[in-house]
Amino acid sequence: MSPARAPADATPVLSVQHLSKSYARLLAVDDVCFRIGRREIVGLLGPNGAGKTTIINTILGVLAPTAGSIRIGSFDVARQRAAALARTNFAAVYATLPGNLTVRQNLRFFGLIYAVRNLSARVEALLEQFDLRALRDTKCGVLSSGEQTRVSLAKALLNSPDLLLLDEPTASLDPAAAQTIRGHIRALAQQGDCGILWTSHNMYEVEAVCDRVLFLSRGALLLEGDPKQLPGAHGVRNLEELFIRLAREPLTQRDGPAA
Amino acid sequence: MKLQPIGGIVLRQWFLIRGSPVRMLPMFAWVAIDIVLWGFITRYLNSVSLAGINFVSTLLGAVLLWDLFTRVMQGITTAFLEDVWSRNFLNLFATPLRISEYVTGLVLTSLATSTVGLVTMLLLATVFFGLSYFALGAVLIPVLLVLSAFGIALGILASALVLRLGPASEWLVWPLPALLSPFACVFYPLSVLPHWMRAVAYALPPSYVFEGMRTVLGGRVPPMAPLLYATVLSFAYIVLAAYGFSRVYRYAVRRGLLARYSAETVS
Repeated sequence: MSPARAPADATPVLSVQHLSKSYARLLAVDDVCFRIGRREIVGLLGPNGAGKTTIINTILGVLAPTAGSIRIGSFDVARQRAAALARTNFAAVYATLPGNLTVRQNLRFFGLIYAVRNLSARVEALLEQFDLRALRDTKCGVLSSGEQTRVSLAKALLNSPDLLLLDEPTASLDPAAAQTIRGHIRALAQQGDCGILWTSHNMYEVEAVCDRVLFLSRGALLLEGDPKQLPGAHGVRNLEELFIRLAREPLTQRDGPAA
Repeated sequence: MKLQPIGGIVLRQWFLIRGSPVRMLPMFAWVAIDIVLWGFITRYLNSVSLAGINFVSTLLGAVLLWDLFTRVMQGITTAFLEDVWSRNFLNLFATPLRISEYVTGLVLTSLATSTVGLVTMLLLATVFFGLSYFALGAVLIPVLLVLSAFGIALGILASALVLRLGPASEWLVWPLPALLSPFACVFYPLSVLPHWMRAVAYALPPSYVFEGMRTVLGGRVPPMAPLLYATVLSFAYIVLAAYGFSRVYRYAVRRGLLARYSAETVS
């Protein structure tokens, strides 16, 4: 497995080595290795139940791996959890912020948890960046899905993370709102020093946003490469066709080396 | 431990309380009702009793102190349950927040809200029923310390229980103070208990507090040694409860309970 595009900075913001997670009889993640460089957006793709969220949860330290190691920058998540997570943040469609706090209260609360300096100024800047000024004193529980996604993304950028994990960040958005969010995230990767791991089932979006994709199925990493070149290299028209082919392929046919 | 994350936990609770009369009211309403109810009961008992016991000091004083312990314990569990109710575990524990910082934030929140309840109770009991806590003298300091510390220990333990068993287990933790009260000798001396209950009572710091309170109000020498022992025991329980919470948290991380907490998978 070699990256399709060399990261801008040789030091990876995320290094996952031989990661495995098993439950009683289920191998949820099977010996997965990958890296993410600075200013790189990596798509983590796979059918439902492939192990994407399990990988994200292990990176976030809320799920201990059975084997393997995860480093965020130079910090080992298992041994230096607080230092590693201080440089990380995430937004996920299933992890909405407390609905009984207003937008501003949520940002202040999480800003303190992440020990953000000049918090008031940072909160104001994020309210501006995500067009949330008018909603600042609205409780998050009454916001629309799109508005909640914007608040989650604002929260995810509070600590200017080196590593940003986005689990289906545009899943509940209309196409126009999704495009705006994609623009925000692309700009973030290009202008900042941040590496991004992105999961999505929207292959158009993945092709438009990601520098590199990782295909995952039944916990194992099958394929890695440039989303614009992979379909042609595998004789299909687009990423969606490649996704469907890989998702339906029996595991027994996957013993050969990944492309 | 960093102060900023602890401040974040406290601030979050302040935001919730400030914006919600439903949360604000129980801080003083239930304890006020307790004081009024027991105030009249003790006043009535004083009028019909020939024993010459001042029930206001013994019974009403005991109710007030037991309510303080209950408030401290429930203050911690309620603050913890706010994260359960709002499904906030993933957002919270995927941050650099340390467990020690989280628990400290819950404890500080509980001490602040319990102080409101304590002041309310003291005002009502003193102004309307003539209860004088100064009669306890210097003993009042270890008494408040022991009950607050044991309330903290039980609150942390109850939170660990909810973290381990899932959201529905909150129904197990609410009655914990009532479960302990017969052993804590709140209203009667230790000597009336059968032997097996006494053995349990010796392990509970509040039993020393209420025995001590009755001793002082009976005009005898304050039992400082048992109160000191109760103080040490309470703080030992805090350490044990914090260790228990930390173990449960590590178990939850190992088994993936935090990520699928609402599924109540007790595995």
